[in-house]
Amino acid sequence: MPKSKSAYSAPTKQSKLETHIIVVWVDNEASVLSRVVGLFSGRGYNIESLAVAEVDQKNNLSRITIVTTGTPEVIEQIVLQLKKLVPVHKVANFKREDKNVIFKEMALLKFIGNNTKIKKVLNTCKKYNPVILDQSTKSAVIQITALRREIDNMTKKLKSLGLISVSRTGAVAMTRGAKIFN
Amino acid sequence: MPKLYTGAEIVFKCLEEEKVNHIFGYPGGAVLPIYDELKNHITIKHILVRHEQGAGHAAEGYARSSGKPGVVLVTSGPGATNVVTALTDAYMDSVPLVCISGQVPTHLIGTDAFQECDTTGITRPCTKHNWLVKDIKDLQRIMHEAFKVATTGRPGPVLVDIPKDIQFAKTKYVYLKKEKKIEIKNKNRFNQKDIDQLIELMNKASKPIFYTGGGVVNSGPKASELLRELVALTGFPITSTLQGLGSYPGNDNQFLGMLGMHGTYEANNAMHDCDLLINIGARFDDRITGKIDEFSPKSKKVHIDIDPSSINKIIKVDLAIVGDVTDVIKSTTKTLKKKNINLEKSNKQKISKWWQQIEKWRTKQSLNFINSDKIIKPQHAVQRLYELTKDQDTFITTEVGQHQMWAAQHYKFNKPNRWMTSGGLGTMGYGLPAAIGVQVANPKKLVVDVAGEASILMTMQEISTAIQYNLPIKIFILNNQYMGMVRQWQELLHEKNYSESYSEALPDFVKLAEAYGCVGIRAENPDELDEKIEEMISIDKPVIFDCHVDQAENCFPMIPSGKPHNQMLLGPKDQEENKITGKGKALV
Repeated sequence: MPKSKSAYSAPTKQSKLETHIIVVWVDNEASVLSRVVGLFSGRGYNIESLAVAEVDQKNNLSRITIVTTGTPEVIEQIVLQLKKLVPVHKVANFKREDKNVIFKEMALLKFIGNNTKIKKVLNTCKKYNPVILDQSTKSAVIQITALRREIDNMTKKLKSLGLISVSRTGAVAMTRGAKIFN
Repeated sequence: MPKLYTGAEIVFKCLEEEKVNHIFGYPGGAVLPIYDELKNHITIKHILVRHEQGAGHAAEGYARSSGKPGVVLVTSGPGATNVVTALTDAYMDSVPLVCISGQVPTHLIGTDAFQECDTTGITRPCTKHNWLVKDIKDLQRIMHEAFKVATTGRPGPVLVDIPKDIQFAKTKYVYLKKEKKIEIKNKNRFNQKDIDQLIELMNKASKPIFYTGGGVVNSGPKASELLRELVALTGFPITSTLQGLGSYPGNDNQFLGMLGMHGTYEANNAMHDCDLLINIGARFDDRITGKIDEFSPKSKKVHIDIDPSSINKIIKVDLAIVGDVTDVIKSTTKTLKKKNINLEKSNKQKISKWWQQIEKWRTKQSLNFINSDKIIKPQHAVQRLYELTKDQDTFITTEVGQHQMWAAQHYKFNKPNRWMTSGGLGTMGYGLPAAIGVQVANPKKLVVDVAGEASILMTMQEISTAIQYNLPIKIFILNNQYMGMVRQWQELLHEKNYSESYSEALPDFVKLAEAYGCVGIRAENPDELDEKIEEMISIDKPVIFDCHVDQAENCFPMIPSGKPHNQMLLGPKDQEENKITGKGKALV
């Protein structure tokens, strides 16, 4: 980093970037997602993936899972800033390396090819719970669940087996064991 | 069958329950039902501004000088977009505002209707929270929640966007007492252990300093009283940010003056050399810290703030105390007294060395300037204004630029809520409308807007508002015909290339005042200054005071870009030795 000489400067020593999964429980109301996303874009935080859906119909709560990278200071700020938003109920923050947390992403993959090719495909991704959701004589749609990087690798590998379209969710997370996050 | 009320009526019922006496606004198509209802509510007075930005700043001035939230009422589209600057300003400086905006009828939202804009979308990043009321049944709850959010925790602006059909729609109204209590975020989170730790640090310190900010003012007048007690009890020196001025008496010996980019030599050096820094309600703004890597390198740092996200945002601290300033200081003083620790006595010897050092810095007299008997020096003008107004309870607002810093340096405030300035956002044009708001909240008090001739022209139209409501505000223009701060930076950093910082065609401010229907006064030399200021004060009408000052004067002392606190520029003599280097220039 160049040595800065300004009152606007950042500290010269920047700490290491970490990847975190941040889970936010929010009121499921209009524009709540844009408040969360706007906070990230407005303050220059980074979003690697985002998954959001209502999880509690009775209390009208949605759960947002955000994968982000930043220095430990930035991650701390993200959590504190999120907590300040009025529709936010609670915020959980996990390191990606955290062994007590399960992270999963789902992908839908469309292949062009005959039956033998599809079998090969299923074999290649058998580690990731492949499920055939649709099959014709010339094509198939397969669902897999895996980690982000595993899906990255799979989509590269499967190109040669007729993969023509990929649709992915962002990561979702849950702690292991009987405990829940409060 | 309970009585049904229209949305417009509910708006006013809520305002009445929230004890609102004044609203600042401007009518338009999408808020007409609310304006129609205004006549039925005599306890609420509407102040008609000339531009919605003026309404926002007036409400800010009102809020800051009274401690009550400011209320703004504007129409959809341009009405809402015009108020965005004021909302952002209030957000940066933590001023409680409730802005009510009209919106096109619900069925037209999203159709690019006349005077439609995505108000909640536009104002989302510059409010604490905002609401689009889509159902009349939600209106009452949202209105009360808006006031809660604006005034609790770290205060700030909120916006309630009400479509026109909702203003006409009818529903029941439930009085507030029956409503279940609205949950408040930001409870006090500190505990006695934090306080004990703080006191331990205070006990150990030999070079302590209090660094106080706008949070003390926002916490209410009680906080300032408690702060004075704490400072007296400890014997520690105290410095303040721009926003915190007035929470501690500006003329007290323990007060080192303002710190930061244009702070005093003693305050900045004390910040740099201290071994204990106690931040009370300030946020380590970049105009305060200077170069972050070299900010107060030897100190233990304590941060007292109501907003947890302020802590460790810029400067890593050793002890964080999250809570309302009033409560934290109260606990601290109580514990100090209970343990019977008189820091002033027990620490006297340790601290006395520190005071000796501070006195040495003080001898630099960093606020000094070379006065003249031929031309009015702007610092001299502010000093004279101070001397001639200090005996009455005076409220000062400012615009943004050199005059703002000179006012902060040379006007000594003894009470909180007497100093209204745009610090975070730095909004030129803030001072005049803010002065209107201050005068509305404080009738009969002297309200002076220390202004620059460039800033004042940005919201000049509001003088017409002052005249309409007989608000005798005084606009004290330090006229140097330049955007002075821009000119100063160009002089120091851009080889005196005064690119577009000179105003060629300024109006005749005296004639302008007369055209608006108020009084214009001009002062051109130091001999007539006092007499004319006294004349200004004695006039019970708005006055525009055109004070012609030295065009070349720069605002010192100054921490140049890229330098830490202990390397200040100290005025004309000092400049030659401290040239700003090429790299610092690019990053200013």
